[in-house]
Amino acid sequence: MSTQSTLTAKRRLSSTVASLKPSGIRRFFDLAASMEGVISLGVGEPDFVTPWRMREASISSLERGYTAYTSNAGMLELRVEIQKYLEERFSVSYHPEKEILVTVGASEAIDIALRAILDPGDEVLVVEPCYVSYEPVIRLAGGVPVFLKTTMENQFKLTPQELESHITARTKAIIFCYPNNPTGSTMSAAEWQALLPILEKHDLLVISDEIYGELTYGRMHDSIAALPGMKERTILISGFSKAFAMTGWRLGYVCAEPELLAGMLKIHQYTMLCAPTMAQMAALEALRHGRGDMERMVESYRQRRNYVVDGFRQIGLACHEPEGAFYAFPSIASTGLTAADFAEKLLMEEKVAVVPGDVFGESGHGHIRCSYATSMEQLKKALDRMERFVSKLS
Amino acid sequence: MNRQKQMELLRLLEEDSRQDVEQLAKMLAEPKEEIEKAIAALEEENIIVKYPALINWERVDDHPYVTAMIDVKVTPKRDVGFDEVAKRICRFPEVQAVYLMSGASYDLSVVLEGKTMREVASFVSQKLATIDSVVSTATHFILQRYKHDGIELEDRDEDRRMVVTP
Repeated sequence: MSTQSTLTAKRRLSSTVASLKPSGIRRFFDLAASMEGVISLGVGEPDFVTPWRMREASISSLERGYTAYTSNAGMLELRVEIQKYLEERFSVSYHPEKEILVTVGASEAIDIALRAILDPGDEVLVVEPCYVSYEPVIRLAGGVPVFLKTTMENQFKLTPQELESHITARTKAIIFCYPNNPTGSTMSAAEWQALLPILEKHDLLVISDEIYGELTYGRMHDSIAALPGMKERTILISGFSKAFAMTGWRLGYVCAEPELLAGMLKIHQYTMLCAPTMAQMAALEALRHGRGDMERMVESYRQRRNYVVDGFRQIGLACHEPEGAFYAFPSIASTGLTAADFAEKLLMEEKVAVVPGDVFGESGHGHIRCSYATSMEQLKKALDRMERFVSKLS
Repeated sequence: MNRQKQMELLRLLEEDSRQDVEQLAKMLAEPKEEIEKAIAALEEENIIVKYPALINWERVDDHPYVTAMIDVKVTPKRDVGFDEVAKRICRFPEVQAVYLMSGASYDLSVVLEGKTMREVASFVSQKLATIDSVVSTATHFILQRYKHDGIELEDRDEDRRMVVTP
């Protein structure tokens, strides 16, 4: 294409889309993908293949001819299972017919939740470091992201002070993800409790991304929606990707009180119609019979977490204890390098791919995200290489 | 070490018995000495019996062998039932496994390994069928091993994920 026509095409993009920054992860992906023999700690998904029972259930549904649309909100059977599951695991209770919507991944749920609630100029508090899509999706919905910082000293937890200091008359909602990507940090019921008076005082809506809710080590995940009075002001988002190793299936769900859910359902039915039927079939099997598979995976993540966190500390990189997800978020401040330089040099010199923490927001400066969802053999090699790399720097 | 950790340790060793104690200690967040003590105790109790490697002999060219599963019908003996004859069959080094079966038209399932079919056949007729309480035998040769002890011998899961994802 000529430069002229490229320019013309570019002008056709909306100003919002044109102004969105490309994902910071992209550049790293291109670099790492072009190299041979790279050990990657940069993968944000389970290293398990979806357990066979879910794959088999989906194949069988295809064989039996389940290839038509389902209802917009998803198969009722699946929503009933989601309701039972959420109640049993996280003590939150949603009505399967009025308060649960099956989506194309938690990603779609985040998108429609924000689009359903935002008017142009509405501010959304974003607790960072966080998943890379929150900011662009807020902007696409016409909102204005306002970032709340967290620090390693506070184990990357949201504090009441930080929350209160960024609220304005335009603040409509807050979005966060605990257990957190990229820090692995979690919030306990008591820590949520401390935020409630502020959320209530300013009548904020909470968008709680709980996609890593099953991946906690030591204690169960506390959903903010389970706290007294919080169900009404929470949009709970989760899915099957992380807990059941089903990333490629693109299946998630969103739960909220009926009025809000009806709003989201409007967007979903006009843009998506319904989530893929074969994926819903696999999800049904996951909730009915896949818990054992999930528990084995969680056990394995916990073991690997223990191993890598210890490894980073021995190398001399300060690392808080991640209580959930499958990421460690060590500080590389002691090396004197920026996260981006550290990651790039590490990749070039030792062929280990990690993600610079600032890709996930300002609070990630001086940190790298290391996914331990990879084999012990690879983790061991990666730690050896990183040790060599860090010792050369000092 | 609590029971849950002990179970975890067993599962880890079952998956890969060559992991060193230091690594196991880190993974289970226990002191090294605790892991050593636990393993020693598990060995003592005969819960951990042995640490063999799973070898795919079919890939070794100059190692011809055949495996047969033999259905053995026996007359149980008063007081000792099937144990006596089962233990007797176990003593032969060619015998890889002996199981007492339910619901079958036979009693013991014996897994036997030999260099050739002839060798296996001769073992069955000379050694097995001649045991007093053995009533009958039926020999089935294994043509191909696809999965053994929960491990698929040829298929290895490749990592199909992209190198870096958010």
